[in-house]
Amino acid sequence: MHSPESEHQVVRFSRLERVLHIVMIVSFISLALTGMTLKFSYTGWANVLSRMLGGYESAGYIHRIAAVFMFGIFFAHLYNVLIRKRKEAGSLRGLLLGPDTMLPTKQDLREFVASIKWFLNLGPRPEYGRWTYWEKFDYFAVFWGVFIIGSTGLMLWFPEFFTQFMPGWFINVATIIHSDEALLAVGFIFTVHFFNTHLRPEKFPMDLVIFTGRVPLEEFMEERPREYEALKKSGELENMMADPYPPIVLRTVKVFAWTALSLGFLLIVMIIYAMVFAYR
Amino acid sequence: MKTIPVLPAIRRRTIMALFLTILLGGVALGQDNSDCFTCHEDKSLTTERRGKPVSLFVDQAIFLKSVHADLSCVTCHVDLEGKEMPHGVPVVPVVCGTCHTSEEELHKESLHGKAVARGDALAPNCQSCHGSHAIARTKSAESAVSPLRIPFMCGRCHQEGTRVQRERVILQSHILENYSESIHAEGLMRRGLVVSANCASCHTPHFILPHTDPRSSIARGNIAATCTVCHAQIEDVHRKVIKGALWEKEEHVLPACVDCHQPHKARKVFYDQGMADQDCMRCHANLSIRSSADGRSLAVQSDTLAHSKHQKISCSQCHAGVNASRHRPCETIAQKVDCSSCHAEVGQQYQGSMHGKLIANNDPNGPTCKECHGTHEVKGRTDSSSPIFALNIPRLCGKCHQEGKKAAMRYTGSEHEIVNHYTESIHGKGLLKSGLTVTATCSDCHPAHNVRPISDPASSVNPENVPVTCGRCHHGIQEQFVQSIHSTLKHKTDKKLPVCNDCHSAHTIRRTDIAGFKLDIMTKCGQCHEKIATTYFDTYHGKVSQLGYTQTAKCYDCHGAHDIRPVADPQSHLSHDNVVGTCQKCHPGATRRFAGYLTHATHHDPDKYPFLFWTFWGMTGLLIGTFVLGGAHTLLWLPRALQMRRERRRRLEKKNQESKNDNA
Repeated sequence: MHSPESEHQVVRFSRLERVLHIVMIVSFISLALTGMTLKFSYTGWANVLSRMLGGYESAGYIHRIAAVFMFGIFFAHLYNVLIRKRKEAGSLRGLLLGPDTMLPTKQDLREFVASIKWFLNLGPRPEYGRWTYWEKFDYFAVFWGVFIIGSTGLMLWFPEFFTQFMPGWFINVATIIHSDEALLAVGFIFTVHFFNTHLRPEKFPMDLVIFTGRVPLEEFMEERPREYEALKKSGELENMMADPYPPIVLRTVKVFAWTALSLGFLLIVMIIYAMVFAYR
Repeated sequence: MKTIPVLPAIRRRTIMALFLTILLGGVALGQDNSDCFTCHEDKSLTTERRGKPVSLFVDQAIFLKSVHADLSCVTCHVDLEGKEMPHGVPVVPVVCGTCHTSEEELHKESLHGKAVARGDALAPNCQSCHGSHAIARTKSAESAVSPLRIPFMCGRCHQEGTRVQRERVILQSHILENYSESIHAEGLMRRGLVVSANCASCHTPHFILPHTDPRSSIARGNIAATCTVCHAQIEDVHRKVIKGALWEKEEHVLPACVDCHQPHKARKVFYDQGMADQDCMRCHANLSIRSSADGRSLAVQSDTLAHSKHQKISCSQCHAGVNASRHRPCETIAQKVDCSSCHAEVGQQYQGSMHGKLIANNDPNGPTCKECHGTHEVKGRTDSSSPIFALNIPRLCGKCHQEGKKAAMRYTGSEHEIVNHYTESIHGKGLLKSGLTVTATCSDCHPAHNVRPISDPASSVNPENVPVTCGRCHHGIQEQFVQSIHSTLKHKTDKKLPVCNDCHSAHTIRRTDIAGFKLDIMTKCGQCHEKIATTYFDTYHGKVSQLGYTQTAKCYDCHGAHDIRPVADPQSHLSHDNVVGTCQKCHPGATRRFAGYLTHATHHDPDKYPFLFWTFWGMTGLLIGTFVLGGAHTLLWLPRALQMRRERRRRLEKKNQESKNDNA
């Protein structure tokens, strides 16, 4: 929501994390657009889109370049995790088992159950911490996706190499896995993830936190009371406070975000059209 | 061939018999020839006939050399037999027919004989030609009717200026004069070829009849037989006369010999002097000449013929049935021009063709020869001004076969806009844009004179014959095709096998190296190979093709185009030995395992491709599961989220209210 400039904001994402997410948006949308033209080649929109992308060869290059970026993001993130391990937790164990861990915990299960109760009006809103269970799910979905889509993608990229030690029909299997997993990723990101972050009524029309890294203190208190309490108790909160970005930055970010959002929704519409009306 | 009544064998036998009778009987007769010569030796012995003195001298020396030397005088002068010498006058005229019965009979029936019977003073009897006491063997030079003398003998009456020529109805003029300049006279009189035709060769010696008499040797129906007595094998060698037998069987169809080689004038250079074109042009050069029957113009521009393929053909060769003896020789023409009298083979093809059948059924739409070739201006197909010159053929055929024209309107098949499509096709562009006269035009696929409907097994475009038809130019392709699985020679099946036009079309044939064709061909294959085409489109190759790009494997890149063979055939592009090489055309690093890629894989067939089937359904299950969970979670969340939104707004309003109050 619009916040006065003077309003205090809590920094939630580091600069690297934000940059990685932006690159990931570009890479992901590029992969999705170029890939879906091939997957739904029997539709008219795929034909038009393919030509807008400069033909199937050009689309193929875009797809591979974007894939390289995706691998880059993947490894940059792992590097970032190692840095953070050293700086914040000191040990891998501390990182993985600490209170801000990305790994699923018993607390997550409790919060999930409590959330369902809350949804059904059977209890209060759970006091979520740094990472909610659905955020963790998103995070590991990306891990899983990069691994599955990435590995099969490499097989399709270098079939001559892979068939030196795999039977030819592995390429066919890889094609199915690659394309259906991609469909899952695209479908999930552009619907559920978009809802969770942007279309959620209390965030509507969009939550800029992943671009700015900042969330208004008031919202932070309301959404993640458990984390807020912990930070307040440890005194860390003061270190995490920052001023909001100037309006020009926010406007630029919004243009970018809106573009990405529109492309995502457009793709969802096209996929639904292809699968419901033109499927063969 | 008909035999003309010349009777040489019969005559010889009769004469022999007479000789014997006379030799045996002559002695018995008391009357000796010497008795006669007693008086007739006298050179001054004369008598008077019709007031004129007539010599009665008979040269015994000459008589003794004659063919009748062994006969007694009374054998011929029968009325004098047993009479006292000297006998009185008049003596009854000798009747040669007593011995020469058949000649007598023929002569009696002949033009000359009838004139004699009429008492025509100009009519020739036996003596007129053969003489009397000096008759020599016809073969001997002394004979009055030896071959060399015959023309002059006949010419005595039949030359310009004679009474016969002036006073009797003789249709030919300058007979002797013309003959003496003819090729026959040249042979006879300049080269001494006694076998060369003289008057009697054509007219017979004794049975001379007008040509209007069907028995005449020069009657229209008999001329060919008369001429072929000498020109026995003319049928085999005569220029452009195929099936010369027609000359005799259907003399009305073909021009008779004399239509071109005029009687008496027969020459090596035929037609200028023949049944002369200028005779026809006397009337037909007149531009206003019209048919009295239907008013159509009958004018002939003499130079059109002169520049045509038929420049050396005379009018009467095509317009057969002329009668050179008439003032209007053409009045006897009863038949339309029949080109097949010379172009017999072409004519026969045409009869069996669609065009010929229409004409046979009196259909006004059917084209005859002249619709395509024209009439007097007819030109060869290599002449660029000819309507049948390659570049002009589409236009020519289009006159009827263009959309909306008569042939297109009665046509019920699937080909439309034929001429327009052809013009845009590779053949049409080759012909009309690149000017390649060797490009296929209409008549290369639909043979000009043998156009038949596709359903006709003899048609060049019947599916059975299409490979041969196309192979006339694309022979190398045909050789590949006939060995392929699509060839009826190689593959026995009830199913319809494709031929050239099933993939390339008939009139819209395109270059095979343009994108449109390359992509279209997959639909063409898919018309029969429905399942395999669908599954192809499930693979990467198919998907790229479907997007409209050609740089990916299409049907023919792997299977070949014209040389498709069963996979089990070692020569197949996909045989065990060749398949890796086929993949390597695009994937240089391809290995045998690589070739195991399923190019027509589908995940809808659990029996054939269980791995793909279960992978697909596993992935689909994962997809559905994730969406159901994610979706349910989101939908359940929605009411709470809306509630949060409302609460926050209320709180904000309250806060604003408070701050306003504070300010106040």
